[in-house]
Amino acid sequence: MTVLALDSVRLTYPDGDRRLTALDAVSLDVAAGELLAVAGPSGSGKSSLLAVAATLSRPDSGQVVVAGRDTTRLSDKERTALRREHIGIVFQQSNLLGSLTALEQLLVVEHLRGGPVRAARERAGALLDSVGLDAAKRARRPHQLSGGERQRVNIARALFGRPAVLLVDEPTSALDHERGAQIVDLLARVTAEHGTATVMVTHDRALMARADRLLDMTDGRLAVVPTPAVRS
Amino acid sequence: MFVALRDIRFAKGRFALMGVVVTLITTLVVFLYGLTGGLGRDASSAVDELPVTDIVFGAPAGAAAEVSFSSSTISAAQAAAWARTPGVGSAEPLGVAMTRAAGATAAGSVSLFGGSADLLPPLLSGSAPRDGQVAVSRSVADTYGVGPGGTLGLGTEKVTVSGITATRSYGHAATVWTTLATWQRISGQRQPTVLAVRRSGADLGAADAARGTRTVARGDALVGIDGYQAEHLSLQMIQVFLFAVSALVTGAFFTVWTVQRKPDVAVLKAIGASSGYLVRDALAQALAVLGGGALLGGAIGAGGGAVAASAVPFAVGPATVAVPVAVMVLLGLAGSALAIARITSVDPLTALGANR
Repeated sequence: MTVLALDSVRLTYPDGDRRLTALDAVSLDVAAGELLAVAGPSGSGKSSLLAVAATLSRPDSGQVVVAGRDTTRLSDKERTALRREHIGIVFQQSNLLGSLTALEQLLVVEHLRGGPVRAARERAGALLDSVGLDAAKRARRPHQLSGGERQRVNIARALFGRPAVLLVDEPTSALDHERGAQIVDLLARVTAEHGTATVMVTHDRALMARADRLLDMTDGRLAVVPTPAVRS
Repeated sequence: MFVALRDIRFAKGRFALMGVVVTLITTLVVFLYGLTGGLGRDASSAVDELPVTDIVFGAPAGAAAEVSFSSSTISAAQAAAWARTPGVGSAEPLGVAMTRAAGATAAGSVSLFGGSADLLPPLLSGSAPRDGQVAVSRSVADTYGVGPGGTLGLGTEKVTVSGITATRSYGHAATVWTTLATWQRISGQRQPTVLAVRRSGADLGAADAARGTRTVARGDALVGIDGYQAEHLSLQMIQVFLFAVSALVTGAFFTVWTVQRKPDVAVLKAIGASSGYLVRDALAQALAVLGGGALLGGAIGAGGGAVAASAVPFAVGPATVAVPVAVMVLLGLAGSALAIARITSVDPLTALGANR
């Protein structure tokens, strides 16, 4: 079932006297439980694609449908609510809040939703366990965690709201190759376990073997790349 | 307050510093409030607590009447005309003067009020004064070592103390009450200073115009006490400046804090926090700092004031503490709100990418 769909999306930015085209007639569908990897060089439009899918940027034209709702027709307030309810974002830098412990990074998501924070502690602990963060580190703040641990908390936070769509921005850019591979493995596993429609953008093609599908982005346009499975 | 409280816990040094600043300013403001009230009472309670509605000021022949106890004088004709004015229940002549007192244990300045027994403050002991007698404020009795039946020197006269009244003062000098005739003898003035009027609907404008007087409500007559207005305005101006400084300091603190928090705010918005949620959270944070600091400052100010009241004129009470504390919190919140409003303009898009 398609959970995230972009149809003929065009996004431009002002660039001096002219406008720079970040996304040009971009269309894609991502189903529940599918991990889609989008690769491309810096400046190719990958981050713009995520921004549009995350409803953080409004496209000039085209449709962005998340969980059955056309987000281009929604007000800012409605888009904020949609992000809260249906979209999880794994940021490039972990972007954890400095004053919160690892456990509280997840609980704040429940607080934003108006849910009972105390009752959510157990689920948050279990989710941190499932992404491989030691129980002893739940009470640590971001500066007390390693880069890999911060990224695991980042992923757990994105998943805690049980999102239909998981958007992942360069998740391994701050990690060495081994830890990067572990994080991508983790993303593949949680996509399957949680049934999210996951879009991961990266410039590191070596980490894409676990993706169900690969797309290549160049100058704001998407092209299909045969996966190893397809090739065989 | 999920994030707000944790921010305070995490950056406790910065918030403690801000809380201490609020505490110190509030303590100072409460002290000033108490001092303003105390000095005001010290300068005016003899007039402010007269059991009348209005005060009529006159002037020497040829001069215009002003609201001034030092220049006012009431002629017998004016007093009689006011007593006959429709809507005026009573118009009692009242003499007001400063004089020198000498008692068993001290000598110094007192304020001397001369008028009918109806104007006398509540008697604590003894009786109302007759001609040649005075009733003294409790503070005069304590300072000069006199009591009912004792003798007090006033100017060049010796008078008998008939009773002790509740403490009243005028122009920062404790008050001695006597009859109008004795007041005239001691002060050397032939005419009373003002009329103390009980009114129920008289046309004051017409009466003033006809009699060449100037009538004001009792509370407004306080500006006629020498130095009262300048003293009061000076202290109030300092209070206003302190309130303004407080609002600016808290506003500046939360401006810097909000700018530092922008990346966190962008992330929170990106994961679904509404601007309203973030503004409420930040205002709750400001309220916690301001409320804690102001309450502590209010308590220190009230406690310190209560101790200082034995040495300086200081009025401490629920209003003199609650009002400055409330104003501090409200103005601080207003200053903070201007800073916190920046939260609404933070673009969640900045949470994506490497520009964080």
